[in-house]
Parts: sequence; structure tokens; C-alpha cells
Amino acid sequence: MLSRREVGGGRSSLGFSLIPSFPQGSNNKVTVHFINRDGDKITAKGAPGDTLLDVVLNEDLDFDGFGACEGTLACSTCHLIFEDEVFKKLGPVTDEEMDMLDLAYGLTDTSRLGCQICLSKSLDGMVARVPESVTDIRQSKDESA
Amino acid sequence: MPPCVLLAGFSCSCQTHFSSKQGTYPRAFGLGLYTRLNKAFFPFADSPGVRFSSCTPKVCIVGSGPAGFYTAQHLLKTHQNVHVDIYERLPVPFGLVRFGVAPDHPEVKNVINTFTQTAKHSRCRFYGNVNVGKDVSVGELKQAYHAVVLSYGAEGNRSMGVPGEGLAGVYSAKDFVGWYNGHPSCRELNPDLNCETAVILGQGNVALDVARVLLSPIDILKKTDITQPALEALVRSQIRRVLIVGRRGPVQVACTIKELREMVNLPGTKSEMVEADFDGVTEALKDLPRPRKRLTELLLKTALDTPGDKEQQRRHQASRTWGFRFFRSPSEVLADADGNKTVGIRLAVTRLEGSGEGARAVLTGEVEDVTCGLVISSIGYKSHPIDPSVPFDTRRAVIPNTMGRVKQATGLYCSGWLKTGPTGVIATTMNNSFDTARSLVEDMESEALDLSSVKTGSEVISALLEERGVKSVSFSDWEKIDSVEMSRGEASGKPREKILTVEEMIQVART
Ligand SMILES: Cc1cc2nc3c(=O)[nH]c(=O)nc-3n(C[C@H](O)[C@H](O)[C@H](O)COP(=O)(O)OP(=O)(O)OC[C@H]3O[C@@H](n4cnc5c(N)ncnc54)[C@H](O)[C@@H]3O)c2cc1C
Ligand SMILES: NC(=O)c1ccc[n+]([C@@H]2O[C@H](COP(=O)([O-])OP(=O)(O)OC[C@H]3O[C@@H](n4cnc5c(N)ncnc54)[C@H](OP(=O)(O)O)[C@@H]3O)[C@@H](O)[C@H]2O)c1
Repeated sequence: MLSRREVGGGRSSLGFSLIPSFPQGSNNKVTVHFINRDGDKITAKGAPGDTLLDVVLNEDLDFDGFGACEGTLACSTCHLIFEDEVFKKLGPVTDEEMDMLDLAYGLTDTSRLGCQICLSKSLDGMVARVPESVTDIRQSKDESA
Repeated sequence: MPPCVLLAGFSCSCQTHFSSKQGTYPRAFGLGLYTRLNKAFFPFADSPGVRFSSCTPKVCIVGSGPAGFYTAQHLLKTHQNVHVDIYERLPVPFGLVRFGVAPDHPEVKNVINTFTQTAKHSRCRFYGNVNVGKDVSVGELKQAYHAVVLSYGAEGNRSMGVPGEGLAGVYSAKDFVGWYNGHPSCRELNPDLNCETAVILGQGNVALDVARVLLSPIDILKKTDITQPALEALVRSQIRRVLIVGRRGPVQVACTIKELREMVNLPGTKSEMVEADFDGVTEALKDLPRPRKRLTELLLKTALDTPGDKEQQRRHQASRTWGFRFFRSPSEVLADADGNKTVGIRLAVTRLEGSGEGARAVLTGEVEDVTCGLVISSIGYKSHPIDPSVPFDTRRAVIPNTMGRVKQATGLYCSGWLKTGPTGVIATTMNNSFDTARSLVEDMESEALDLSSVKTGSEVISALLEERGVKSVSFSDWEKIDSVEMSRGEASGKPREKILTVEEMIQVART
């Protein structure tokens, strides 16, 4: 029963506010490299304060089913996996985020929900991997068998 | 792209396909998501430079819940000119997102925005108020379409199979949920809430939804889209205590942690557990995977920890209680002297054989009686066959399939709960529906599916329906219902006041 404003320890999902973000000089932007389910690297930029879900939506990145609940901590479809060093920089995880992460497929120790990660300059150049869905995993097992 | 083989003398419905839907989405949701999601979901939607010319593959989907919509979304996205028609039994779309998801979980319903975008896609049509298996047969759909995807969910429920199940005061969770969420078939349930204790059988998330609705402060519920009759009944409710009963132990509970946490924090309530149920659980923690471990830790904390001052105070002020009861299996619902009304339930005591998720409950021979006036059986939903021509596994109550391809039935597919059985959250349903769509597209491309003959699709089906006096409801008709419901809700401070009968839905659709 968390409202949109309350989720994520007060970090609102800026992408869904009705206030358009001001155009920023590209030097203010933060670069993010996503690795999609096929293993391809996709590079995108976002403004500081944007969430990773915002970046995926703003840049029309085609990750199937990403962000189904629109950043309200009611699903785990924006699950992303990070490298250890980046993970440490992402800040604390709330119980509510952990609760939803626990439902994610392919959960790892360095998993987070994209809707809860806000970009900052210190994250510039970070890599975020989109995990396979459970059925993808099953399929690749089938193929290797 | 399969080659288009045209038979002489046929007027092919070959078309050029691209859409220019941008800007036509309503602002109703105000989230600005339509346009933002649009390109990623439908990459072909705005590339007027690209033209595809081939025979139009026509697919129909039966059921407009998450399975139906996610299957459609993936088909439209990955195939450049497939046409998708969705047939839905009710005049209103979205299945359990409207009629299952708890009223106090509005954020879960955000998926409706994406479904709406799919329904408005230029190659997609919604036909509500069409009961497949009754108004039109699956055989007729197979004739009219290249492929038929069955996504009609699980509309029945498992029964406990114990004496007294039919007594007044015993309800299935499916009906109880349908009642507070306004499913037209549950409108007349009028459950009797005039007793102190309610027993819920089963410890899944549905059981917790029901417990929460029974115990939530009215001030919370009245701001949700719960139906007005349910709200009024809950205002009068005498229920002060809800027991959530499971046949196995704390390490096997079926609910998930978010829902448990909501119970733990529910204003005005406190928990009441049996300490002995947790013997040995602390020791078992270390071997559990993280999700199960965190869930079990929260259970342990709730059951055994000495509360701090603040929590003490909160509990002191609580007027309602809830609790899990473990190692108990329903054995008989007990009736009053007249044999009509529920006055209690006899539970058979169990013990576990094996450990971990796979542990089995076996009866010890002991029983325990619990006094209660309301019993809600929440041991699972169940799919039914809707057409004798479709293979159905009656034991597992699913359609037998491999990756969504119905076994021994070319051109037939299935997705959602009908494919997997009635478990999994919307994201699970989404993934399995994407899989089905992937299989279908693969079959179109490999020509495993015969696309050579021209199919008439909705044209012939609409004519059949007309002949049979069935008036279908379009997506823009639904939008009229939607806006009437929202404005009625606004008048009473709710996000929506649902229309409760099919007749009134249709009447509003026709205005
Ligand atoms: C009470 C409850 C609460 C839930 N809450 C959540 C939650 O909070 N979060 C979450 O992630 N998941 C939740 N779920 C799970 C989620 O609802 C399911 O994963 C999902 O709805 C399954 O989708 P489906 O399309 O297979 O079935 P459904 O959603 O049931 O859709 C089936 C559709 O088919 C239609 N239909 C049936 N028969 C016919 C016919 N003969 N002809 C035409 N149409 C027909 C039905 O009217 C319905 O619209 C909940 C489930 C339940 C039961
Ligand atoms: N908020 C949400 O995310 C949400 C809300 C509602 C539903 N859902 C999802 O929808 C799905 C369906 O939920 P559900 O609660 O109906 O099913 P469920 O999670 O499968 O739970 C069924 C419960 O019934 C018990 N049960 C089954 N057969 C029984 C029998 N014969 N006798 C006694 N007990 C029996 C099970 O115990 P055993 O474990 O011993 O079999 C289990 O406790 C779930 O995947 C759920 O997560 C999600």
C-alpha cells in the first residue's frame, strides 16, 4: 500500500512526473552501457536524477516487458545486474525494493531494480546487464543439452 | 517473412501496413507513458518509409487478461503485418487485473496502460462480450484465423473436498475476491460477515489479499476501487480475528514477502501466532535461498520477537488480530444444530515428511476444532475446458502444450494460467505469454503454420455473432464504460466505481 511518492525511500520516479525535464547540455549527461538479453551492448545517456528505468523509456530501449508497473515497486521486471564496484556505489536498498527483487528471475548479490537507481555523475560509464528471463534460461539449457 | 501464395480467384486481403497512431492516445492516465513506450514496443509503428506487402496472417486470442494482452503485444511487435483480434467473454477487458488484483494495490494495475496501448494498435481489435465456446466455437475461430491462442485463464477454483463445504458461510476465495472486485458473476454473493472469527484455508497471496481486505481500516478501503456493496458490508462486518491456515509449516508458506509485510504493518491489527509452530525454523534458516530466507526471517520476527516500545503501543491499540496456523489441513466444516450454518471447522493435524519446499504434509490422526462463522477456501484457482475439440489435461487442469503450442493441434496455442496452471504473478504470466508468441512467430516464419490460404478473420466471425444475436463491445465502447466508472468514482472519492452488471455495462457502451 505504498503510494508512488512513498516508494523507494522517498526517491520518486522522476520519469513519471508531469514536469518536463529541462534540456541539459550533453556534458551534464551520464552515460550508461546496457547489456541486453542477447549480450549486445547498448549505450545511452540520461540526466542526473533520472532513474535507469527512465533512461530505458526515454531512449526507447527495447527490453521486452521492462518496467511493467511503471516504477511503483509493484513488480520486478526492471531487474538489472551490476558489477561489484558499481553495485557498491548505488546506495542502500530499501526493504521494499528487496522484497520485489526476491521475486526476480536470476537474482544475484549485485541485483537492483532499475526504477530505484538514480543517475549521478559518479556513475558515468556504468554497465547494467538485463538478466535473462526464466524461460530464456530454460531454453538455453535445452539447447545446450 | 513467409512467401504469400495466392490462389487464383481469391481476393486477397493483402495490405500495406504501417500505422500512424502517434498522438491519438488519450491523456486519461496522464503519465505520458504511451508515447514513451510506443516506439520500443512497436518499432514498426512509425516508420512510414517501410512497407510490407504480403498476405495478412490473422491470429485471434481468446481472453483479455495479462496473458492475452502480452501475447498480442509480442506478436504485434515481432511480426510486421500480423493482425490480432482479442475475444473476451465480458464487456470489459483486463481479466484478473480488474477482477483479481486487490483494490488497495492500484500500482499493480498500471499494466493496464500498456494493455491499452496494445488494444489501440492499428493491427489489433478487441471484441468484448463474446463467450468463446458458447457464442462461437473454437472450431469456427480456427476456420476464420490462421492461428488461435487460448488465454482464457483459470476461472474455477479447486475444492477442498471435505464434508460441509456447501454450508452457508463457506466461500471460495475466487468468489469472495470476485465479489469485492465487482465480477458480475459474484454480485449476489452477499457474504455473511456477522461473526467474530474467519478462517482462511491456504496461505498463498490470495489468502493474504482476502485477510487484508477483511481487516483493513475502512478509511483505507474507501479510497480504493472496491465495490460500494462490499465496502458497506465491510463497514458492518463483525470480524475481529482472521486465521490463515496451512497444511505445511512456516518454511513452506506460499505467500511472498511484500504481502506478508503488508499484514505485519496493517494499521489497527496485531498478529497472533503459535510459538510451537516455529520449532526448528531458526536452525533451518542458514540453508535457505535468499528470498525464502528473508520471508522466513520476517515470519520468525513477527511470531517470536519481543516487540519494542513503539510496536508494543501499536499492538496495544489494535482491535483486530490475524495469525497463521500451520500443520493443519481442512477436514470438515461444522454446522449449527439445524445443519445449515457454519459454526466452526475441524482441522486435521499434520506433520512434514521431507524438508524444504518439497516437504509433504501427512496426517497424524489428531484433529482440532476451531470456532468460526466464516470459512474462505483459498487453495487455488482452476482452469476448465471451454470446447470439446481442444485437448485438455483434466488432471493438471491445463492445456497440454510445448512452449505454448497445443499438443496435437496445429494452429492452436495457449498462454497464461491456462498454459501453466494458476500460479505466478503478472510478470510470470508476461514471460510465458512472450514465449507463446515467440513460438507462433517461429511457426509463421518456418511455414509450420499454413499461411497460404486467405482467412476472413473477424469479418466472418462478426457476421456469425450478429446472426446469433451477440452484440460485441469494441475497445472504444469499453472506454465509455471506463470513463463513466471513473466519473462515478470521482463523486465518492474513489479512483473508480465499477459497474456491476453485464446489462449496465452494455447499456453504457451503447450510449
Ligand atoms: C486474487 C488475485 C490477485 C492477484 N494479485 C496479483 C498482484 O497483486 N500482482 C501480480 O503480479 N499478480 C497478481 N495475481 C496474478 C495475476 O492476476 C495472474 O498472473 C494473471 O492475471 C493471469 O493472467 P491470464 O491472462 O492467464 O488470466 P486472467 O487474468 O484470468 O484472464 C483471462 C481472461 O479470459 C476471459 N475469458 C474466460 N473465459 C472466456 C471465454 N470462454 N471466452 C472469452 N474470454 C474468456 C476472462 O474473462 C478474463 O478476462 C493475482 C491473482 C489473483 C487470483
Ligand atoms: N500480490 C501479489 O503479487 C499476488 C496476489 C494474489 C495472487 N498472486 C499470485 O497468484 C498465484 C495464485 O495465488 P493463490 O494464493 O491462489 O495460490 P498459491 O500461491 O498456489 O497458494 C495456494 C495455497 O493453498 C494451499 N493448498 C493447495 N491445495 C490444498 C489442499 N488440498 N489442502 C490444503 N491446502 C491446500 C497451498 O498449500 P501447499 O503449499 O501445501 O500446497 C497454498 O498455501 C500465486 O502465484 C500468487 O503469488 C499474487
